[in-house]
Amino acid sequence: MTDALWYFGRGTGLVALVLLSVVVALGVGARSGRTAFGLPRFAVNLVHRNAALLAVVFLLGHVVSLYFDPYAQLRLVDLVVPFAGEYRPFWLGLGTLGLDLLLAVVVTSLLRHRIGARAWRAVHWLAYLCWPVALLHGWQTGTDGTTWWLRTVAVLCAALVAAAVAWRLSPGFERFPDRVPRKRPVLEEAR
Amino acid sequence: MRLHVDWTACDGRGLCAELLPELITEDEWGYPVVRTDEVSPRLEKAAGRAVDRCPALALHLLRR
Repeated sequence: MTDALWYFGRGTGLVALVLLSVVVALGVGARSGRTAFGLPRFAVNLVHRNAALLAVVFLLGHVVSLYFDPYAQLRLVDLVVPFAGEYRPFWLGLGTLGLDLLLAVVVTSLLRHRIGARAWRAVHWLAYLCWPVALLHGWQTGTDGTTWWLRTVAVLCAALVAAAVAWRLSPGFERFPDRVPRKRPVLEEAR
Repeated sequence: MRLHVDWTACDGRGLCAELLPELITEDEWGYPVVRTDEVSPRLEKAAGRAVDRCPALALHLLRR
């Protein structure tokens, strides 16, 4: 049972990192308002949201299992307050910080029709802090931190997000050249 | 119910026209054109979904 919690905590953490990388890449790519990743725009939007919510579920599994794990010996305060831990406080604290940031981003997103677009977008920018924090936490904290497969997954996650950012910063990201040809036949038909 | 576009907020991202082609088309710059004044009860749920997914929070479903 003890080992089960430990394995579960490690696995859920890794899955959450992969999901968050996908979420960030989709979020970066969705900004143009053009079709991306071979999906319609609303689909990019929905996969972005649903993968984020799924990441929260995995993250709760990660935190709860390691909280009850007798080996990790986390206190309740370690789940909320970063950098207060006993064991590798900095790298563990990055995980706590990432959780706090992710919860802020997710809660404001769920309430964005109430709080308005400006406040929502301001908080949503924290995602750009949350993701690297989560990546570093996974890279350094765990039992698996130094294994080749974790490093491979982490590098692939970083490459995915870097590719999305590079695409967004490239001149080809502009949406308008894509738009006009797409709609022209309809306009001609109406004439 | 009727659809209202807040033009100060709309960014022409085009999600609404994808989700609600029955009521919204795009002009040639990609901005939404609401084709009808009245949202039929049959389409209210779909309209609400389009309102919910607007990234700029620019689409509103108003009770007339």
